[in-house]
Amino acid sequence: MDVINFIDLNLATVIILFVVGFIGGMVSGFIGSGGAFVLTPAMMSLGVSGIVAVASNMAHKFPKALVGSMKRAKYGQVDVKLGVIMGLFAEVGVFVGKEVMTGIRAAFGNSGTDLYVSLVFIVVLAIVGTIVFRDGLRMKREGAHNDEHKTPKLAQWVQSIYIPGTMVRFKSIGNKPISLLFVAPMGFATGMLAASIAVGGFIGVPAMIYVIGVPAIMATATELVVAFVMGMGGSLFYAWEGFVDIRLAMIILAGSLFGVQIGAIGTTYVKEYMVKFVMGMIMIIVLFSRLFKLPVYLSDLSLMTTLSAGTSDILSTISFSTLGLALIAGMLVISVALIKGIIEHRNETRAEHARRKYEASLAVTTAES
Amino acid sequence: MSKLVEIRDFFIKHRFAFVLGVVSVAMYSLLYLFSVNLTDIAQQTHAGHKTLFFLPIVIALIFSGVHGSFTSRFWDMLGIKAKH
Repeated sequence: MDVINFIDLNLATVIILFVVGFIGGMVSGFIGSGGAFVLTPAMMSLGVSGIVAVASNMAHKFPKALVGSMKRAKYGQVDVKLGVIMGLFAEVGVFVGKEVMTGIRAAFGNSGTDLYVSLVFIVVLAIVGTIVFRDGLRMKREGAHNDEHKTPKLAQWVQSIYIPGTMVRFKSIGNKPISLLFVAPMGFATGMLAASIAVGGFIGVPAMIYVIGVPAIMATATELVVAFVMGMGGSLFYAWEGFVDIRLAMIILAGSLFGVQIGAIGTTYVKEYMVKFVMGMIMIIVLFSRLFKLPVYLSDLSLMTTLSAGTSDILSTISFSTLGLALIAGMLVISVALIKGIIEHRNETRAEHARRKYEASLAVTTAES
Repeated sequence: MSKLVEIRDFFIKHRFAFVLGVVSVAMYSLLYLFSVNLTDIAQQTHAGHKTLFFLPIVIALIFSGVHGSFTSRFWDMLGIKAKH
């Protein structure tokens, strides 16, 4: 029987996992997903085997998603019914996605799955990332007076379709009925993507926004419910095989629970466009990260001129650093938005208090005279 | 004197955060102390003894409950709260 190689923990490993967990948690709390794509390679670079890294990452994700979704439910941002239904269909997607990955590995080896993952990343992020980012920029340009949520044209059409026996009402779209035949493929695709690139939210959140018309802030919050349902199932599967290194998972969780709270608080201070802007920005940076790595996989599969070991190493380092940059950029934008939001809110509250005090004193003076 | 009263009031106001913080630290200490046993259980599960396969999931849920409540109160304590 083969033995799983669990790494020895030291202080440096613990600090790295805690910090990456914190930043990943912050981004997840804000945009509903993200962080996982850096954690798996980060763990592998610390000597953790691929399958243990994926399993432990998943085991930290579902409790983080649970805490994040409960926090955002307090702010009235979560549609639990939509999240659970999408999560169940996502579970099916995860299963199929894993089968696809296993099939590709059997036929083309690890470089084959790496190339498949990178191509999925590039196609999905190029299309969805550009749409989300442009939409966020457009909303920002139109200004604060036009900040209220507008149902996209596709979602208006989806909401107008009635298919008997499949209609379910969701609170996130004003209790309008939507056919499950639209929700099911969205959940399935989220699961497929999660099994392939570990960030199902990159399809789940935009699908909720543009296909069924959920406001961006509610979509990112509901994605946390999807991630919880999907992650819990996946973690049980990996735990059954003994692949979860609970020590690693709980260290990451220690950092990410600090981060997820901050990310969730951040959503209450920003406008809708900011969520789209941050999500689109992260997606586009991650896209570039995958582009840097593409020649390495093509070379491994002999689909282009073989690269030297030095060139491969340089491209791999640039690719991983770009992933880190995506997370750090997300963290910085969220932090600035949060700090600005808190300062503005405090100033508004102070001004309001001063105005009320002045009005009260004016009323007393008038009554006395 | 008033400074001492302020500190006392701060501790009283945030006593649950402190209790949860202590419990959280205690739980992580236990995780560290029993880390070898936990990896042994994972190896046994992998070898076919599935009795305790669910242990990582239970640990994850308990940690998320306690540590999640602590981190929420921690930011509250620092004055970083959601806009109402």
